[in-house]
Amino acid sequence: MDKFLTFTVVGLSTSAIYAVIASGLVLTYTTTGVFNFAHGAIGMLSAFTYWQLRVSWGWSTPLALGVVLLVLAPLLGVLLETVVMRGLQGTTEVTKIVVSISLLAAMISVANWIWSPTIDRSIAPFFAAKNPIKVFSTSVTWHQAITMFVAIFVALALRFLLYRTRIGIAMRASVDDHSLATLNGARPARIAMLAWATGAILAAIGGILIAHGSGMDTGLLSLLIVNAYAAAIIGRLRSLPLTFAGAVVIGLTDAYLSAYTPSSPYLAGLRIASPAIVLFIVLLIIPNPRLRGRARSREYFPSPSWSGALALAVTIIVGATVLATTLSAADATIYVRIFPFAIFALSLVPLTGFAGQISLCQLSFAAIGASVWAQWGNHGNPLWMLAAALVAAIIGALVALPALRLSGIYLALATAAFAVTLDRWVWTLPPITIFGKVTLNLFQTGSASATALKLFGYSFDTAPRQIMLLAVTLALLTLLVVWIRRSAFGRRLLAMRDSEAACATLGMRLVATKTAVFAISAGMAGLGGALYASQLQSIQTGNFDFITGLPILLAAVIGGMAYAGTGLFSGVSLQAGLPLISQIGPFFSNLSGVLPGLAGIGLGRNPNGAIADLRDAFGRVWRDRRIFAAVMAGELLIWVLRLAHVYKNWPFVGLEVVWALAWLLSVAATDRLALQRAERGPVRHTVPLEWVGVTEAWDADDVHDLDRHLAVTEAELHGVS
Amino acid sequence: MSPDPAIAPPTLPTPSSLDVREVTVRFGGNVALDMVSLSADPGVVTGLIGPNGAGKTTLFNVITGLLPPSGGQVLIEGTNVSRLRPSSRARLGMARTFQRLELFSLLSVRENIRVAADIRRTGGTDREHFVDGIIDRVGLGDVADNRVDSLSTGRARLVELGRALATEPKMLLLDEPASGQDENETDAFGQLLRELAREGIAVVLVEHDMHLVMRVCDVIHVLDFGRIIAAGTPHDIQHDEAVLAAYLGTKS
Repeated sequence: MDKFLTFTVVGLSTSAIYAVIASGLVLTYTTTGVFNFAHGAIGMLSAFTYWQLRVSWGWSTPLALGVVLLVLAPLLGVLLETVVMRGLQGTTEVTKIVVSISLLAAMISVANWIWSPTIDRSIAPFFAAKNPIKVFSTSVTWHQAITMFVAIFVALALRFLLYRTRIGIAMRASVDDHSLATLNGARPARIAMLAWATGAILAAIGGILIAHGSGMDTGLLSLLIVNAYAAAIIGRLRSLPLTFAGAVVIGLTDAYLSAYTPSSPYLAGLRIASPAIVLFIVLLIIPNPRLRGRARSREYFPSPSWSGALALAVTIIVGATVLATTLSAADATIYVRIFPFAIFALSLVPLTGFAGQISLCQLSFAAIGASVWAQWGNHGNPLWMLAAALVAAIIGALVALPALRLSGIYLALATAAFAVTLDRWVWTLPPITIFGKVTLNLFQTGSASATALKLFGYSFDTAPRQIMLLAVTLALLTLLVVWIRRSAFGRRLLAMRDSEAACATLGMRLVATKTAVFAISAGMAGLGGALYASQLQSIQTGNFDFITGLPILLAAVIGGMAYAGTGLFSGVSLQAGLPLISQIGPFFSNLSGVLPGLAGIGLGRNPNGAIADLRDAFGRVWRDRRIFAAVMAGELLIWVLRLAHVYKNWPFVGLEVVWALAWLLSVAATDRLALQRAERGPVRHTVPLEWVGVTEAWDADDVHDLDRHLAVTEAELHGVS
Repeated sequence: MSPDPAIAPPTLPTPSSLDVREVTVRFGGNVALDMVSLSADPGVVTGLIGPNGAGKTTLFNVITGLLPPSGGQVLIEGTNVSRLRPSSRARLGMARTFQRLELFSLLSVRENIRVAADIRRTGGTDREHFVDGIIDRVGLGDVADNRVDSLSTGRARLVELGRALATEPKMLLLDEPASGQDENETDAFGQLLRELAREGIAVVLVEHDMHLVMRVCDVIHVLDFGRIIAAGTPHDIQHDEAVLAAYLGTKS
């Protein structure tokens, strides 16, 4: 009984923290429509700042708390709202999710930059020196008591804010009907700023309270948000009382699991994974949302041509050949990673780019493929490569099936919960024996060894060989993705992305279509994972965890999610661009960690992605055979001189970059000139248009000019932009 | 040996293509549809009119399965489909268009129609030819390869019609298909509807253009505040006191 009471107190005090964090999440989501994946990261940053002021600089507790909670946190909230979130109105849900995930990634990197993770830090609990308070037969520490008191205070304060103040009532109104509230004189900008400031303060309170118990780890603290997500989802992202109830469920589950779980290595990870599991289950049982109607977006992706796809495949192979022939053995083992990461990013294209379904667990599918290869592929038999893809595809379909009726943030959360469950629990399991026959080793509780692929006795065991193997696979998968896009199945995916309701009323079986695309995507990721394992030869869970996977999604979105070229783009920018930047110096090394997040935050401005621009530039060069020959001759010359050892790798990279920039910029410049000329149109008359036909001869084309001119003025008159 | 056309097959009381029985929908405390019943028969254009907010689109959503009703049944050719998913109902021959356009904006006009034909494997061996035929029929030949986003609302509605036709439907639910069309387009559209009915399709038309409705429909149901307040021929409806008061307006 004592044990039960003790753990109830522990559970309720964690519940209190989750409740505070989750209520901030609900508040910002309901008032501004952005589900903030970085909410936990705000708490993490606040906890580290508090540590800096209180522990490192030795400020007094009230002063440090006051500065963090009343000045810095609300400032951060307001800054996020004005700089980042306001620009997201009218963008698609995918864009909103990716931008807030970018924030999460950027904040973690910034924190790791400022507070080096190699140093141990801790915050003492509040009033740690005071004796615990006796309640019945158990005792409550002051920290626990304060935590619970704070949660109650927050609940009352939010209630007062939302029901008793003018701006709070305006907030609730804008939840119900945003435009109607605006018409009635509410000021949405002020409301949103207040919501984000309050949300940030709540995140900060939660972050500081929880940091003393869970240690100061940037990733761990940011992911505590998963626990709060579960509470917020129980509150259906609307109801604060239900959110508090949800937090109690999560906190108590956690506490009782740690009290009563039999000590078995199989269950060790269950407790830390429990919020993710609860989140997954809750997502599955909340009432079925109605089929989505058309998502209006500014995004458009033209269908790829076979010639373009072939050019891309050739580029991949040629690029790989250059890498394989110029890199030293040590460098080759770094840059070979371009290709598995390209495959991971490419696996998102059919799923997210075509079908509009978000997955945050592609690396988990990769880990499944890697684990299959590590387990059975130790003779290098290529059939196990295919088996790895198949197993990942089947598990992908199984995960997808219950999650299929979800979309948008709910699907993103479900896949995140799946990834976190695998990270925290499944991959830490000791070997499992099934029916006394098959023994599953998984990651052998840490790392597993894998063998290089062998094909007809030829072993891909050196870095250059691996580069070529992976490049050929990537090129083939790229062609596969282009084929999917051009097929009837691809058209169906694009149709589903636009309007599930229309697809259903035309007779499309959404479940079958979604399961198929999930399986294809997971299979590709699984194959990539198996190849990655065969290249790394020693795989760790850390190679595939949730946080590692986020930059891949970001890079893919920055490249343009619906383009086959986004695979290569993501691989190159993550595993060649960033390592190159970080080699310049320690400052740049830190910067390269923040870059994907920063780039993702800027995404709201250009949802079509960078590939669209690159593709246009390549197209221009390709069409003009003389320019094409000149560009290729330049590339060839730079490469041959490197092969002849005229210079080493750094000048080689420098020359490549300069040459590529030179022709890309010149193409862009000529395009802009041509565009300006086209906008101005040919000068046909020397007199104003209304005099044409009076003082100058009229011809048939003038009708066009007149129409265009009138259309423009009409639009301007009515304020249409 | 061909059957003698003089000997007609015995006429059994065939069930209607579509039967809606006592459908009720409540949104919270609001009753959006209150015991609504209507039916649609092959070869007949059935009109459904009523003021904005009367529940016309809600009824279409219930019929197609997008919205579960609080009560009542939907039958297709005598079979109760109330528990079937939208896709299964579509496969029994139901097709619809949307008042708020639900086009596939990433695809061209031709691809929009092609997707529907692909899903249902219609058009026999030469699906491309079949799709071209539909494009010509709805009069979109000149913009077949344009993005649907570039079309005017009136013509975009024709893409939705074409997409529905590509499923070779037995019943066609049209939700304000003529809004956004100019006079000539509406004329051509009305003729097309009559043709479709002649081919044996049961057409249900929700429309605010009363000239079109009165000219094209064989039967009209009038919906007001979620209740059917009148049903009959265009002539009956135009002279029904309740309808005049609720919707058409009294003649001055």
